Amino acid sequence: MRLTAEGAATRIEGPLLFLRRTLDVGLNDAVQVVGGDGRTRLGRIAAIDESFMTIEVLESTSGLALSDTVVRFFGEPLTFGLAPSILGRVFNGVGRVIDGGPPVAARQTQRIEGLPINPVQRAAPRDFIETGVTALDLMNSLVRGQKLPIFSGGGLPHDRLAVEIATHARLRHESATGGDFAIVFAGIGVPYDSAEFFRRSLEQFGALERTALFLNLASDSSTQRLLTPRFALTAAEYLAFVEGKHVLAILTDMTNYAEALREVSSSKGEIPSRKGFPGYMYSDLASLFERAGCIRGVKGTLTQLSILTMPADDIGHPIPDLTGYITEGQIVLSRDLDRRAVYPPIDVLPSLSRLMKDGIGERYTHADHPALSSQLYAAYARSVQARVLASVVGEEGLAATDRQYLAFGTAFENDLVSQPEARTLEQSMEAGWRLLAGLPAAELTRLSDAQIAAHVAPRGAVRADAKR
Amino acid sequence: MSRASIRSISGPVLHATVSGPFRLREAVEVGPQALLGEVVRLHDDEIVVQVYEDTTGLRPGAEVVGHGLPLAIRLGPGLLGNIFDGLLRPLSGADSAFVAPGMHRAAPSTFAFEPRVAARDTLAPGAVYGIVTAASGRAQRCICPPDVGGEVVAVALAGDYREDATICTLRLPDGRTHELAMGHHWPVRTPRPVRRRLPSIVPLVTGQRIIDCLFPVAQGGRAAVPGGFGTGKTVLLEALAKGCNADVIVYLGCGERGNEMAGVLEEFPQLTDPKTGRPLMERTVIVANTSNMPVAAREASIYCAITVAEYFRDQGQDVALMADSTSRWAEALREVSGRFGELPGEGGYPAYLSSRLADFYERAAIVETLGGDHGSVTVIGAISPPSGDLSEPVTSHTKRYVKAFWTLDAKRAQARFYPAVHPLQSYSEDARDLAPWWAANGNGDWLKLRRRFLTLLDDQAHLERMARIIGKDALPLRQQLTLLCADLVNDAFLRQSAFSPVDRVCSPRRQALMMRLVGRFVDLAEAAVAAGVHPDRLGELPSLRPLQRMGEDIPDAELARFAALEANLDRDFAELMRSHGAGDATHR
Ligand SMILES: Nc1ncnc2c1ncn2[C@@H]1O[C@H](COP(=O)(O)OP(=O)(O)OP(=O)(O)O)[C@@H](O)[C@H]1O
Ligand SMILES: [Mg+2]
Repeated sequence: MRLTAEGAATRIEGPLLFLRRTLDVGLNDAVQVVGGDGRTRLGRIAAIDESFMTIEVLESTSGLALSDTVVRFFGEPLTFGLAPSILGRVFNGVGRVIDGGPPVAARQTQRIEGLPINPVQRAAPRDFIETGVTALDLMNSLVRGQKLPIFSGGGLPHDRLAVEIATHARLRHESATGGDFAIVFAGIGVPYDSAEFFRRSLEQFGALERTALFLNLASDSSTQRLLTPRFALTAAEYLAFVEGKHVLAILTDMTNYAEALREVSSSKGEIPSRKGFPGYMYSDLASLFERAGCIRGVKGTLTQLSILTMPADDIGHPIPDLTGYITEGQIVLSRDLDRRAVYPPIDVLPSLSRLMKDGIGERYTHADHPALSSQLYAAYARSVQARVLASVVGEEGLAATDRQYLAFGTAFENDLVSQPEARTLEQSMEAGWRLLAGLPAAELTRLSDAQIAAHVAPRGAVRADAKR
Repeated sequence: MSRASIRSISGPVLHATVSGPFRLREAVEVGPQALLGEVVRLHDDEIVVQVYEDTTGLRPGAEVVGHGLPLAIRLGPGLLGNIFDGLLRPLSGADSAFVAPGMHRAAPSTFAFEPRVAARDTLAPGAVYGIVTAASGRAQRCICPPDVGGEVVAVALAGDYREDATICTLRLPDGRTHELAMGHHWPVRTPRPVRRRLPSIVPLVTGQRIIDCLFPVAQGGRAAVPGGFGTGKTVLLEALAKGCNADVIVYLGCGERGNEMAGVLEEFPQLTDPKTGRPLMERTVIVANTSNMPVAAREASIYCAITVAEYFRDQGQDVALMADSTSRWAEALREVSGRFGELPGEGGYPAYLSSRLADFYERAAIVETLGGDHGSVTVIGAISPPSGDLSEPVTSHTKRYVKAFWTLDAKRAQARFYPAVHPLQSYSEDARDLAPWWAANGNGDWLKLRRRFLTLLDDQAHLERMARIIGKDALPLRQQLTLLCADLVNDAFLRQSAFSPVDRVCSPRRQALMMRLVGRFVDLAEAAVAAGVHPDRLGELPSLRPLQRMGEDIPDAELARFAALEANLDRDFAELMRSHGAGDATHR
């Protein structure tokens, strides 16, 4: 069904277009608004009553006039036509092919809003993904089907890290290119060079033909940004749950998405909540982030690695804050580490992978993995405390143990977090044990006697009197 | 039955023109898919309806049907062991991997029924008229609805019946007859009546040391767990759901992650109920409105969950309700209120946020039921304060209504010190009332040790501030000892991993032994330092490490090892004092 209304517009206000209702249409149905300028814009029916309807135009309304605006009704909500051949293609933020090739011959269409996965049908994500990054593999393991964002800041190397993870990620005992693997990349309001960096890197690693790119560049309409991740995730869900691929979806930058949400909300005159963001931002972000996971009896999985830049590096800002409440952990990048040339500059303490516990340990990685990472966390937290202490009373004013912690902290950042090249999990664990050997055994309360005897004692000269 | 016709619709709110009477808060079915909704306003010939499902595709002219009844749920034997959406519609048994709007009620299952009454008996409201047994073997009572009582006209013979079949017929005092099935409907926003409330003097034993020993919650009590993201609210609530000594657990996932619900569904059937030894899932009801399910239903989900809890309480059971997270419920309230154009108050929340919270927590109680039994509902609610700031409205209002408050601390969580309950920002008003129970259960020193530990932790915070200025070594020896002892309380006693096979639950007996051992160390250490021993020497005692690791190393099945540990501790200290004395002698 495709019906048209001409000359029915009565009012335009920000993104809202008011029409006399001449047709029987349903709430949330998609529309195409064509202005006198010939440009088409997507929209949806946001409210209807007996005589009028309100259309939320999802792209810029500037240039529209009351007299010559034509509205075409789709008779159904926004959908995206999908086929395996979306891989290797480039789309704009609203799912139109922009790589000069022919349109995708759709095998099926899906609503871009998606539907909530029934929790009963979810399978708990368990497959440990080796990324080669110690701060992840050892300390904050990623598992297939997880949604784990990178909390970054302007100018930090999050793009490089994301590309490395995407191209290196593999199950143990499986090569990076093996397995039925696909990438869905959504650039949301990103600068051209950043999008180009991703495209080129993926090309370099030969991953481009396994990738579907969705690009809403910084220069594109900001209202479209609300649609870009929806088109991308619809594609990702299709590839994972219909085509059975292991999909990694990279959404960047979610901060631009949230800002577009604020912009649209305020132009609709909604009551703002914290920092002007709408009160429903939590639910709205959740409707994106929850589109990840594993489904019982389905081979494919959908893992989300989104990037967001924390405004003013503030993790308490509503965007990272709400995201952290939704995602299954976060990887936090630190400007301080970056300044000290630690790469990847991952701030381990505020970072967290909630699904780690399900994907590591005896049956999955290594029996000592959980205890080792817990002990490293405890020791590093102590060393950060010692650092604060030292900054006031000076290093000489510290007790002997605190001095050892101080040294541990430095080594932790320089030798464990910082890494010149990818490490296997075994290499990462080895680095961890070696660091712990620099602390007195009495301090290692998170390790069992057996673990100390097997891994720490042989690697270091731990003296019983080291404490003094 | 009344009908109305949709006049206008926007998001989950619709206006409809009525042709028949509707009541405020009446449940309605909307449109061809019979979406569930509730009448929230009446105005001349118009009703305003809040729809609990996605309204995509609805259009003016579609029908709204009401049956004159408030939003009610069917309570019965089919609840235990199952998972439901926010409106208590079953999520299991669906064939699609996705939840679509307009889901319908589950097919009733069959249970074995055994009558407990005969014809001519008189049944009071809340009285038991039979026992039903599920296939798993767990028995539940059939109770009269709280607003129904009369003379039994007929009752079914023992046998298998569908849960919606009539198994008992009553003649009401006014002469009408009333048919009873195994369960009944109850409106979710109305608290179920009880005979009277009782004082709470028994703790909900959670198996978490920091809660049971420092900040206990009573059965029938109310607790809140505020904490920023990733500080461990969900893990703590789940640990309580697994390890606490309630008969029935109602777990409400309110605006949280789908994977967490899936995790519970996967894990609980494999764990055993500490009370009965049966699969944990058999005592559990899960109500799930995940963060991507309709927000309007989130508002109702909390009432559905507590109504289910009250239903089991009325069967004489001790019920624990975990609500994760009440903040998402409050936000749903805010969103719905905003759509009606109500004036926003503090933080954008409607002015009635506080009274709604009060109404909810007030439904927690230990009671004498209408049927004359004792039952309880303990409510434990997680709070997700924006940027972890506890001065925000949901936290500050909740604080007025709960008696136990477990603040989760980001610093502890970052050091992977779990549970990350902050000992100085948490409290329990129930503690004093619960001391007699602990005394009767093998821990006569509970109150004394509790106070001791709390004082140590309090002093520690103070001394660490001092040490930051003058350096730790510059503190007097006694104060250095305080730091050492406080560390031990933290490390040896309060730290407890929810994922440790040995330590995820700690029995009251083991808690008492561990508490006592730490207390013993503190006593001996104070005596030693008073006698001139340097606190650093205490750090070298061979029994210190076993003490620090006893939670991980000594399981509930080997409690005798605590006595051995204590003997070692005593011996170490005796040795220390002896060598110290000798050292003194040689120095002299
Ligand atoms: N008691 C515990 N024992 C061991 N690990 C824990 C414990 N509590 C929390 N954790 C760890 O911390 C992580 C985060 O905990 P959790 O998911 O409960 O946080 P939360 O407070 O519910 O966060 P959110 O508000 O975002 O839902 C867990 O995945 C787990 O790894
Ligand atoms: Mg949680």
